[in-house]
Amino acid sequence: MHDVAVHRGKRLIWSNATFDVPVGSFTAVIGPNGSGKSTLVNLLLGGIKPSTGSIDVLGAPTRTGNPEIGLVPQNHSLAHAGSILCRDLVALGLAGTRWGVGLHGRDLAATVDEALAAVDAQSFGHLRFGEVSGGQQQRISIAQALITKPRMLLLDEPLSGLDLAGQVDIVELVHHINHERGVTVLFVTHDLNPLLAHIDSLIYLIDGTPEFGMVDDVVDSGLLTRLYGTPVQVTRSADGCVFTRTE
Amino acid sequence: MFIATLVSDQEAASGLELLNTPFMINALIAGTLIALASGAIGYFVLLRDLPFATHAVAHIGFPGATLAVLLGVSAVFGLIAACTIGGLAIGAMGHRARNREVVTGTVLAFATGLGILFNSLGSAQTNLLTNLLFGNILAITTDQVVVFAVIVAIVLAVLALIGRKLLFASVDPDVAAARGLNTRALSAVFLVAMSLIIAISVTVVGVLLIFALLVTPAATAIRLTAKPTLVVALASVIALVSVWGGLIVATYQPWPPSFVITTIACVFWVLLPQLARLRGPVAAPQIATQTASS
Repeated sequence: MHDVAVHRGKRLIWSNATFDVPVGSFTAVIGPNGSGKSTLVNLLLGGIKPSTGSIDVLGAPTRTGNPEIGLVPQNHSLAHAGSILCRDLVALGLAGTRWGVGLHGRDLAATVDEALAAVDAQSFGHLRFGEVSGGQQQRISIAQALITKPRMLLLDEPLSGLDLAGQVDIVELVHHINHERGVTVLFVTHDLNPLLAHIDSLIYLIDGTPEFGMVDDVVDSGLLTRLYGTPVQVTRSADGCVFTRTE
Repeated sequence: MFIATLVSDQEAASGLELLNTPFMINALIAGTLIALASGAIGYFVLLRDLPFATHAVAHIGFPGATLAVLLGVSAVFGLIAACTIGGLAIGAMGHRARNREVVTGTVLAFATGLGILFNSLGSAQTNLLTNLLFGNILAITTDQVVVFAVIVAIVLAVLALIGRKLLFASVDPDVAAARGLNTRALSAVFLVAMSLIIAISVTVVGVLLIFALLVTPAATAIRLTAKPTLVVALASVIALVSVWGGLIVATYQPWPPSFVITTIACVFWVLLPQLARLRGPVAAPQIATQTASS
């Protein structure tokens, strides 16, 4: 990303963004509400164009419909997706861009089974999306994103609405995908704590400019206090994990 | 009996013999065509959270029909034109309008008021008003049946083409857009298809009872099965049974078909999911254990 600025209508969301995210990394995207985290996701997906500068994703300019980028959206609306089967929602990730009707076919079913297995969701694939728990819904969303075998995964606030155990589950799963498949992960969150054990780097959006840094270099009390706008303390434990605490 | 009152030779007109009269054949064909289309349309209406919009579009069709009659044109063409404009307007308002029931309700009331004005400026037929508001499947002409057949064929062909993309864009708009689907275009195409089917359904059940054909059968089917193609097929069958049932009952009883059609659709909606639950108590407990074990 080189000298990128982005506007929504006439409003400047952020500007002066110049950074490179290493391929294969697990990067958190963090910033206060309204700082433009979702805008960054949308920009990488090609849904909006930068007003200045240039962005390359996986060695090519951004474009919509790139199957090499998997998206886990902020919240699947239960009003819309709740009535259909988990496995059909996953199948749509692959077949949903094709003409015609129906989600049948042995090849499709096998690919869906594979995607469900990758997120350990075989046991509830046959249930309606609205009937499974929040954590299970996130697993289904991740399976759907993985079905095109993307090289990059964008997750937009996948931890919202999950309890602590559920958050840890999802982070472990994403870490596993990042580690085993070499998928580059951009993980949008407003809470860094559940991620700190696994991320390599972060993009932080403060004062109208996204900046990139390696975890060890940038996670300190000063940065987090600026990010959250409230005093935050950083403690390093014996096994190298970093914890942040709001006082 | 209801139908017998419409036939001049009441002695000869009784029971199933009436099914062979021309207006009855038109009614059966038109009802079948609309039932076939309403299953698919109704499913997407539910997925896209548009039930209230169907009501609004039907009401916007009402002044179109009375204005058409005022101008000496067929009411059906007025309905088709006004419903399509209404559907496109709802599409243009996009997500903002969907949550604004007040806006939709206000437009709906205004449209209905206009409809009464146009009617009073014209012939002020109470017959026309009753037919538009409550439907009159027995008044459908052969010419109209031809128009309906063309519309239903086009709508079903389009849905067969875009069905999977529309499903993706309906249940999962963010990911569908990220995967390169033109969700706005899909939405516009669907709204036009929906408006056309609403326009012709008004002739059967009327502006006020449109829910019974366009929403209730799909709402029943979606509680019975989660498979998209099955929901569509089942909803069409429920709509078909409602329409045919309405026509057949009206040959024996002094009740208007619109009443019987809406009643059958509502009874299905109440009873079928209960029956399904009695037959297969699988779904509910399984969900409970799945959720608990996560």
